[in-house]
Amino acid sequence: METLLEPLSFAFFQKGLLVATLSGALLGFVGVYIVLRGMSYIGHGLSHAIFGGYAAMQLFAAQFYVLGAGLWGIASAIAITSVARRGRIGADAAIGVITTASFALGVALFSKFGSSGPAFDNALFGSILGITTSQIVWLLLVMVFAGLVVLLRYRELLFTTFDPDVAAASGIKVARVEALLMIVLALSILVTLNVVGVTLVAAMLVIPAVVARMLTDSFGWMLALSTGIGLLCGLIGMYLSYYAGAPSGTMIVLVGALAFLIVFTVTGVRGRERAAGVDDHAGPRATISA
Amino acid sequence: MTVSTLIELSAVNAGYGRTTVLHGVNLTIDGDEFTGIVGPSGAGKTTLLRVLLGLISPSGGTVTRSEDVRVAYVPQLETVDWKFPVTVAECILMARTEHRFWPWPSADERRAVSAVLERLGIADLADRHIRELSGGQQQRMFLARALLREPSVLLLDEPTSGVDINTRHDVLHLLGDLHADGMAIVLTTHDLNGMAAHLPNLVCVNGHIVAEGSPREVIIPSVLEETFGARLDVLEHLGMPIVVDTAHPTREAI
Repeated sequence: METLLEPLSFAFFQKGLLVATLSGALLGFVGVYIVLRGMSYIGHGLSHAIFGGYAAMQLFAAQFYVLGAGLWGIASAIAITSVARRGRIGADAAIGVITTASFALGVALFSKFGSSGPAFDNALFGSILGITTSQIVWLLLVMVFAGLVVLLRYRELLFTTFDPDVAAASGIKVARVEALLMIVLALSILVTLNVVGVTLVAAMLVIPAVVARMLTDSFGWMLALSTGIGLLCGLIGMYLSYYAGAPSGTMIVLVGALAFLIVFTVTGVRGRERAAGVDDHAGPRATISA
Repeated sequence: MTVSTLIELSAVNAGYGRTTVLHGVNLTIDGDEFTGIVGPSGAGKTTLLRVLLGLISPSGGTVTRSEDVRVAYVPQLETVDWKFPVTVAECILMARTEHRFWPWPSADERRAVSAVLERLGIADLADRHIRELSGGQQQRMFLARALLREPSVLLLDEPTSGVDINTRHDVLHLLGDLHADGMAIVLTTHDLNGMAAHLPNLVCVNGHIVAEGSPREVIIPSVLEETFGARLDVLEHLGMPIVVDTAHPTREAI
């Protein structure tokens, strides 16, 4: 008990624990859609793209970094979808070009002008130091927004994730639903970036969702379980980070990876069968012929 | 009784990007339609279906829909992600996005789902994962989802592909019952003989509409050769045309 209570005597840890736990839950929640749509690479790419915006805003207008980096992320997400939709190059290639260019710009800006905000390493691997009340408020606002989007668009999101063609034929505006999900994703990455880190956000989008998929065949349960698993990873990861003196993002991801290994072993063949098609980029929907 | 026209295609060209798959298609879908679209792979059957669904805008010609047309679509089983985490009930409820946006079903929706599952004979499968269904049950589940939309026209992409003979028979009889209840039905298929036995109207497609009419009118060697690009013989059995491959002697036989 002492082990659990002692770090809580520090204000920075209280804030860090709150943000890490909520971040884990948010990424676990959003990650279900990302993983089932085969978009985990977009999550990975977007976190890097947002880093570009984050770096630029830290240097030129730090007080507006959430807004600036958020808009940067949303613009990148829309650029990726738009380039991929035209069909000349695949989504993976579009992500490779747009987001890594944005990341490179961020690194170049940091190297050239130095950082006026959180340190470079913290942005990459996550840190619990220097979390402000406004960051917590932003995180809560994005959580409420993501929750409302899913609550009010649950069936449309599910239908367009399962079968976008039939959803479109049933009158659902698939492009609009996708754009909404991209906005939720970009904002979720942005507000969790500080604690989890640019390079590790994608892992927290994927791991809780895959673990949850191994445990259930129901979409509703997968959403609930993934959120809970993400939350626990954030909570346990933060304590480990405190005691190990390692960046918070690394510990959160390692706890997630451990959860994956345990569930993978315990659920055996059934769990592996369930998760076999998760994030399959060349899934069956690619086979529609003329 | 007059039959209303639900969808009308006039001189429609359609395709993907710069590739035009269908040329100059004229087709009318009436309220009492029960039509099979037949043709070889790549002939434009699915493209035609997608034009009817409104998923593809034609690059030429016009598509006219009646104001009250309500379309439901049953996809090819092969294009479905069977590992996706949904139960049969969750899958069927996707049809009700317009009626309610809350995630959980209303009492009315639960009753409607039970009724449609009962009608299709899969009432005991509601809580099963979709992967656990047989081919026939999978087809019935998608029919249930389509019926829950209360459509005026049902469009099906290859509903008899990849299922055994009994299931094919069941599915076609089920579609016959739905048609008898007043629903317009259009489906694509490779299965000429199955269609000849069950459907009153066929449309032969190969980049354009080669012929349209009853099975006796269109299942003739000249139409089949233009549609499939191969010589096929037609026999008659109990008054129905049956398509058979023309025998080509093997090298050993020569």
